Amino acid sequence: MYAYDELDRTLINERVSEFRDQVKRRLSGELTEDEFKMLRLQNGVYLQLHAYMFRVAIPYGTLSSKQLRRLAHVGRRYDRGYGHFTTRQNIQFNWIKLSDLPDALADLADVGIHAMQTSGNNMRNVTSDQWAGVAPGEVEDPRIWSEILRQHTTLHPEFSFLPRKFKIAITASEHDRAAIKVHDIGLRLHKNADGETGFEVLVGGGLGRTPFIAKAIKPFVHGRDILSYVEAILRVYNQYGRRDNIYKARIKILVHELGIEKFSREVDEEWKQMDGGGLTLDHSVVEEVRSRFSYPAYEKLPHMPDELKQAAADPQFERWRKNSVAPHKVQGYSIVTLSLKPVGGPPGDATADQMDAVADLADKYSFGEIRVGHEQNLALPHVAKRDLPKLWKALDRLGLATPNVNLVTDIIACPGLDYCSLANARSIPIAQELTRRFANHGTAEMIGRLHINISGCINACGHHHVGHIGILGVEKNGEEVYQITIGGRADENAQIGALIGPAVPYAEVADVIEDIVEAYLALRDRPEELFVDTVKRLGVEPFKERVYATR
Amino acid sequence: MPLVKNAKITTDLFVHVADGAELPGDGDILVPAQRFLGDPEALLKRTGKVGVIWPNNRAVDDLVPHLTRLAAVALVFPSFRDGRAYSQARLLRERHGYGGELRATGQVLRDQFVFMSRAGFDTFEVKKDADADAFAETMKRYSVFYQPTGDGRVTALHRRTQLRHSESAGQ
Repeated sequence: MYAYDELDRTLINERVSEFRDQVKRRLSGELTEDEFKMLRLQNGVYLQLHAYMFRVAIPYGTLSSKQLRRLAHVGRRYDRGYGHFTTRQNIQFNWIKLSDLPDALADLADVGIHAMQTSGNNMRNVTSDQWAGVAPGEVEDPRIWSEILRQHTTLHPEFSFLPRKFKIAITASEHDRAAIKVHDIGLRLHKNADGETGFEVLVGGGLGRTPFIAKAIKPFVHGRDILSYVEAILRVYNQYGRRDNIYKARIKILVHELGIEKFSREVDEEWKQMDGGGLTLDHSVVEEVRSRFSYPAYEKLPHMPDELKQAAADPQFERWRKNSVAPHKVQGYSIVTLSLKPVGGPPGDATADQMDAVADLADKYSFGEIRVGHEQNLALPHVAKRDLPKLWKALDRLGLATPNVNLVTDIIACPGLDYCSLANARSIPIAQELTRRFANHGTAEMIGRLHINISGCINACGHHHVGHIGILGVEKNGEEVYQITIGGRADENAQIGALIGPAVPYAEVADVIEDIVEAYLALRDRPEELFVDTVKRLGVEPFKERVYATR
Repeated sequence: MPLVKNAKITTDLFVHVADGAELPGDGDILVPAQRFLGDPEALLKRTGKVGVIWPNNRAVDDLVPHLTRLAAVALVFPSFRDGRAYSQARLLRERHGYGGELRATGQVLRDQFVFMSRAGFDTFEVKKDADADAFAETMKRYSVFYQPTGDGRVTALHRRTQLRHSESAGQ
């Protein structure tokens, strides 16, 4: 956990006071809605279909139990008793009143949580691997660097009015759980031949209406230079990114239009002239930030405790354990994913009561720490294996032990037309229907890893382009229709999915997905071949045939 | 439109002279970049100070050779959403060592004052009277700053380092 010091706390309190003043000026009419819009967006406040929506940052996906309880409190007190975890380590409240927002922010600031820059054309919440610090084989804890970047990007005097939003993600593992290749800047922590820590820097990834996989711009930037290098990229973007057309304003378009070579030369030229720009991180500064992350005092525990051996006799426990429990870097411990994808439920929602209960379980079994991943699930990062059976029982009672992590019903979906003013089509009901179709856990297990992503409009908040199966809702002649892509992925082998054919109506989406899955089961060359690998091997054609033969 | 300079509302001594408009015989003038670059010498030898209004879509490189002879540089925010002039301001101050008046023009509103000041602006053509009146108060909103810029404010990192040194000295 990162502990805020007095300075961090002062800044977020100052931010709350500023926003309180801005809301007051808006309510008195001193600020026009146009002027206020930018200010509220910089504090995570959107105007949605029914009410204001409030997006709160969970930097690099780490929460303490105290912080999670406070999120529950906000859900209960200012909203309708729940919150929605998003694909970028944020939580959203959908029913909040403008006049309550300053108080909600103040309540959050008490526990070191803020909503700064969770929307607007600025540098957004810096995201990272939800298993950071506990994943086996990690280069080092990427949250140290995420926190350095979080501070640097907060209220940046030069880059708070960019052409468009700007997202940075960091991973330190070989397997990328942070989807860095679909970010404006993706950073992969690794060591050079001299054993020094640095980053491979990727730039220009993003989804939305023009999806791009990020391109490598520098194979190795030393850790001490990462702020100045990022600043150089931002400066080039701030000056040359397009501002004439909102749909062409992301850095991915600039990189695409200039070409990565020219863009890279521009950045290098700027970086050279900056000559550090006062941003070089000396060792002691990095260590200072590192020292404010605390790590649990792990016990020396056996790899296979008796409790686990005994519980193995229960097939339901075993099914959950095999699905939701991952290896930890410390022997005797596990990382446990809590599925927020119950059958028939909206993906990523948690009730205030569930949040409180998870906070209690984190205190009991996970050193008071909780993680939030971009797949819209939670995780307890430090669970002793001997506690797994007890934890499972507790999670099961809470409805948080659905054994579907990474399976076909672990669906990523945006809020869609049920909440969002941008959406053209519903997302959540499609997800709910699919979880019912594939409710049989045995079938889902047999299908294996399969990510379905659903977006209710071309802005792609549900990351449909990088779903193994992507579903994009669009409006055609007043009807909701859905385009289906297959073969996308968001990991280290990131890829944009390919369209299988004409869009299908709302009522047929679940049937089409079932057809695609059945085709896969018939086509895979062995049970271990994942859906996405079968698509890679065979292409779109056999799936297309199956889907459209009878339609 | 009120002018705030060095944190106080003050009378603007500069006259904005548009492209093609007649030059006043003497007195301080702010002229568009194009006009200035057309014949800098003619403008500089008249009586009165000269400032240049530099557009936000042109690199400041062409302005740099003239900086030492200019009394003011005015950068433009066509909309408060358009943040290009923040980069230009920092480049002028921090890279090119410009020490004269750096003026924010266009849609200059209260909630941008802190950002602008941190980027190096010291003079503001403020859109609304109420915002100009609130200038001093607004500048006190923040006491903690994460990024080093040329404005001289001490960053959080620096304060932490100092704190650590004073703690270890006390041991």
